[in-house]
Amino acid sequence: MSLAREKAGPVYRTVREVRGPLLVVEGVKGVRYNELVEVKLADGTEIIGTVLDVYENRVVVQVFGQTEGLSLDAAVRFTGDVMRIPLSEDLVGRIFSGSFRPLDGLPEPIGYERREIFVSVINPAAREPPSEFMQTGISVIDGMNALVRGQKLPIFSEAGLPHNIMAAQIARQSTVLGSEEEFAVVFCAMGIKHEEYEYFRREFERTGALDRSVMILNLADDPIIERIIAPRIALTIAEYLAFDLDMHVLAILTDMTGYCEALRSISIAREEVPARKGYPGYMYSDLASIYERAGKIKGKKGSITMMPILTMPGGDITHPIPDLTGYITEGQLILSRELHGRGIYPPVNPLPSLSRLMKDGVGPRRTREDHMEVANQLYMAYAEGVRARDLARIIGELSLSDREKRYLKFAEEFEKRFINQGVYENRPIEKTLEIAWGLLAMLPEDELVRISEENIRKYHPRYRSA
Amino acid sequence: MSQQVGAIKRINGSLVVAEGLRGARTGDAVYIGELRLIGEVVRISGDLVALQCYEDTSGLRPGEPVIGTGAPLMAELGPGLIGEIFDGLERSEIELWKLTGPFIRRGVRIAPLRRDRRWGFESRVKPGDEVEEGDVIGVVQESSVVEHRILVPVGLRGVIESIEEGSFTVDDTIAVLVAPDGRRIPLKLVQYWPVRIPRPYRERMPIDRPLITGQRVIDTFFPVAKGGTAAIPGGFGSGKTITLQQIAKWSDADIVIYIGCGERGNEMADILTHFPELEDPRTGKKLIERAIFIANVSNLPVAAREASVYMGVTIAEYFRDQGYDVAVIIDSTSRWAEALRDISGRLEEIPAEEGYPAYLSERIAELYERAGRVVALGRDRRIGSVTIMGAVSPPGGDFSEPVTSTTMRFVGALWALDTELAYRRHFPAINWLRSFTRYVEVLEDFWVKLDPQWRTYRERALAILEEASRLEEIARVIGEKALPNDQRLILLTAEIIREGFLVQNAYHRVDTYCPPERQVKLLKIMISFYDFASELIKLGVPVDRIRGLKSVMELLRLKEREELEEIDAAYERVRGDLERLKAEYEAAGVMRGA
Repeated sequence: MSLAREKAGPVYRTVREVRGPLLVVEGVKGVRYNELVEVKLADGTEIIGTVLDVYENRVVVQVFGQTEGLSLDAAVRFTGDVMRIPLSEDLVGRIFSGSFRPLDGLPEPIGYERREIFVSVINPAAREPPSEFMQTGISVIDGMNALVRGQKLPIFSEAGLPHNIMAAQIARQSTVLGSEEEFAVVFCAMGIKHEEYEYFRREFERTGALDRSVMILNLADDPIIERIIAPRIALTIAEYLAFDLDMHVLAILTDMTGYCEALRSISIAREEVPARKGYPGYMYSDLASIYERAGKIKGKKGSITMMPILTMPGGDITHPIPDLTGYITEGQLILSRELHGRGIYPPVNPLPSLSRLMKDGVGPRRTREDHMEVANQLYMAYAEGVRARDLARIIGELSLSDREKRYLKFAEEFEKRFINQGVYENRPIEKTLEIAWGLLAMLPEDELVRISEENIRKYHPRYRSA
Repeated sequence: MSQQVGAIKRINGSLVVAEGLRGARTGDAVYIGELRLIGEVVRISGDLVALQCYEDTSGLRPGEPVIGTGAPLMAELGPGLIGEIFDGLERSEIELWKLTGPFIRRGVRIAPLRRDRRWGFESRVKPGDEVEEGDVIGVVQESSVVEHRILVPVGLRGVIESIEEGSFTVDDTIAVLVAPDGRRIPLKLVQYWPVRIPRPYRERMPIDRPLITGQRVIDTFFPVAKGGTAAIPGGFGSGKTITLQQIAKWSDADIVIYIGCGERGNEMADILTHFPELEDPRTGKKLIERAIFIANVSNLPVAAREASVYMGVTIAEYFRDQGYDVAVIIDSTSRWAEALRDISGRLEEIPAEEGYPAYLSERIAELYERAGRVVALGRDRRIGSVTIMGAVSPPGGDFSEPVTSTTMRFVGALWALDTELAYRRHFPAINWLRSFTRYVEVLEDFWVKLDPQWRTYRERALAILEEASRLEEIARVIGEKALPNDQRLILLTAEIIREGFLVQNAYHRVDTYCPPERQVKLLKIMISFYDFASELIKLGVPVDRIRGLKSVMELLRLKEREELEEIDAAYERVRGDLERLKAEYEAAGVMRGA
C-alpha cells in the first residue's frame, strides 16, 4: 500500500474494543501520535488508520475504510511513520481512491519523495496576496464576483441544483485560457454519486482536461471515513504541482457536506462534546486546515485556486457547514432555487454572493478600469429591481412608480441576458462588460451613481455609438 | 530556575499528559518531546501533569521527555517589536520563512527580537541617580514615530552605578543598578513579562478622550474611548475584516497591535503586504512604523491562538507603560474562545453552553479588563492606555450564542454588523439600531469643543434613523407614496444620513478617513436641513419638490469633499434653494389668504 513506506513495524493482535471506526489496542509500545496503522482483518482485507490517542500502552486507532468486519482478532501493524504519499509529475492524469489506491488499472505510483499529507501550513509572511484575474467565461462570476488565482471560493448549493455542471464549466473554461501556462485540475470527490463522477470524467475527457487532472475519488458507496484523508491527499498533490512544478492548479472539492458528515461520525464515535447540530467544536479549525491550503507563495510561480462545493442541508445558510466555510473562504457563490426554477443557468444569485478578492484582481491593467464600478452598479440596480419585484407582489405591478417599473424590467433583462448563458458558452470579460453596459443603458444616466462620469463617457453605449 | 524533566504518558491532539514533572505549576512553559515543542501546564493531578501543546503533536511517543522551564510563558519586550510579524508564541514569521521555507515547520525556536541588530541608546539618567520600577533610564528611536523608552523592570529599584550611551544589541548591558541589598543588576534593552499576568501600573485614570478612527458611524454615533473596549460581532460577509482594517489604519493611537487570531491567511497576507505602503494621515509617516502584527492564522495549531491574544495584549501593556496610547485589534475573539473550548473538551471538563467551558465568561471579562487608561509605574507619572477592540464571529450570525452574548456584557461599545446592510453594499455595515456605546457622556467634552450642539445633533440623528426604520416597515406594505409628507421627510432625511454620513467608502481617497471636524459639520447640516425642510412641509411644500432639488441630492456626496469650506458652500446652496421654495409657498399662501 502506497501510503506507508514498506511492510515494517510491529504487529499486535491485542484489539480490546471496537467502536464504530475506532479500535482500542492494548499492550502497545513506542507508538507515535498520528502514526499510520495498517489493520488486517480476519478475511485478509487490509485497511489503514491513524493513531488518535496514545495513553501509555493503550492506543486508540481510527480506521479509514469500511467499518464492517472489524473484530477483536484484527491484526494491527504500527508503521512508525505518519501518512505520506509519493509525489512526482506522473500523478497527473491518474485516478485514485480516497485511500490512494489506483483506480485506473495502472500500477502504484512511485515518487521522488514522500510527503506528509496532514500537516501543511503556509507561513502567512510567505504568502503572496492573490491578485491575478482568472477568467471563468461565466458572466455572473467574472463580471460581479471575479475569481483570482490563489483564492478559495466555494459554491453553496442545494440538492438538485446544477453545481456540478457549473464547476465542470469553470474547470473547462478557466484552464483553456491559461493553456500557455502549465495548469492542472485536482478533483476530489467526497460522497458524490457515480453518475456525478461520470459526468465530470466525461466533461474533462472531451476537452482534454483529463490528461491534466488528478482525481481522488470517494464515491457515495465508498467507506465514509476515507473522506477524512481524500481531500488531504488531493491537496498534497496540488501543493506539489503548484509549488514544486510551478503549475496553476484548480482544486475542486465536492461535496464538503460529505466530508463534514464523516468528521461528525468520528467525533460521535469518540464521544466528544458536540458544538452545533452534532458537529464537533473543532470543525472550524479542521475545515481551515483544508481550505487554507489554497494560495500563492512569494517567489513561486504556481498557485492553488480552490473551489469547494457544498450542498446546504435544507438550503439553510446558517447550518454549521456553510457557516464555518463562509468564515474561512474568500467569499461564496450562492445558487438559487428560484432562479433555477425560472430556467436561468447558472442560477447564481449575485446579491448574497461575494468574492472578497475581486477588488485586487480587476481594474486598470488587470481587466478594465470600469470593471469594479460596473459590478457595483449592477449590484445596486439588481437589488432595486428585486425590491420592486417584492413590492409588486404585494401591491401589484400597476401600482409601482415609473422608476420601480424600470428597475423591475432591468432585473428581468439582467437575469435573462447577463446571468443566463449556455453551458458551453465561454464569454470573454469584454463581452461580459458589453452585456452589462447594454443593460445599464436601460436606466437613466444620472442614476448610474456608482460609475464615474469619465467611465460613463468612455463606455456607455450612448457615447460609443455616437 | 531549575529544570524539571518528566516523560510523556499520553497524547491526544494538543493535550499531552506527562508524569514526573515535579514542582510544576499551572501556567509554566514546557518543552515537549524530542522536537522540544512549546507547551504550557494546564492541570496537575498527583504525579500527572496535563499540558497544552502549542504545536502539532504528530509523531510524539509516550516516554519522550518533557522539560519544565520552571517559568511561565513570557513575552520578550524591547526594541525590534515595531513592524514585526509574529506568530502566537512571538516567533518572527519573516525569520521563520528565511529559516525553514514557506511552510511552517515544528519545533523551531528563534528569539523574538533580533540579536544582531544594534540600537542607538541615549541615557536619561546618570550614575548616582536613584531609580525605581518603571522609571525611564533611556530611549531608543525605534522607528521614525516611536521612541522606545527603556524602563526599569518591574520589581527593581536602586541606584544607577553606571550607564552607557551608544549602539547596543538587546542583550548588551547598558546600565548597572545597585539594589538596596547591594546586588549589582545589569540592565539591558530587553526584558520579559509573563503573558497571562496583567502588567502592573500605579493607578487607573478616568477615560475621557475618544479613540478617533475617522469612521463616522463609530466616532459620531458609537465612539470608543482611549482605554475602553469595543466588540464588533458579525456573520461572514458583513465586512468585519475591512472595518477592522480601517480602524487599524486610521485610529489615532500611537501604536496599533493587530492580532489575526484564527483568521484567513490570504487576508493576513493582504494586510502584511499593503500596510507598509500606507501613510498615516496625521504624521505622513508609514503606518508600519507604529504597527505590530500577530498572525496566528486559522490553520496554525489551535492552542497557540489562546496564547496569541495574551501575547498581543502584553506587548500593548508594555508600550502603554512607556506612556503611549495603544490600540489592540483582535480578529477574532471567537476563534480564541474556540481554542478554550478545544482544550477544555480534551481535559474532559463538564461543558456549559454549546460545549464552551463554564469559565468562558470569566476569561472574556479578564481579557477586556486588561484595557484601560493608567498612570504607569515610574516617577514621572506617564499616562498611557490600551484600547481593546475584538471581533466576534457568531455562528449563523446569531448574537445569542455564548461568545457574542457574553462579550456584549463586558465591553463599552458594540458595533453590530448586519449582513442585510452588507448585501445592500452599505459599508461599514454597522447596524445603528443594534449597536451601543457607553462612552457618550465621558467623551462629550471632546466633541463640544468642536460644536456645543454635538450631543443634540447625535441624538436627533439617531431618533430620525430609528423613526425611519419604523416608517419603512409601513412603507413596505402600503408603498412610500401613501405616507404623509412629514413622514416622507423623515425617510428622506434618513436616506441622506445613511448615504451621506453612515456609508463610508474605504477605497475612496477622501472618504476613507473623515476627521472629527468634518463629521460634526456634516451631521450639523443634515439636521439643519431637516429643521428647515420641516418648516416647508408645514407650509404645504410636497416632499418631492424638496427631493427634486439638485442641491439636496448633493448632500449625499458632501462626504467626498476635503475642505470644510466646500461643505459650508454646499449647505448655503441648499439653504438658498429651500428659502426660494419657502418664499414661493408663502406667497401662494398669502394669495390664498387674500
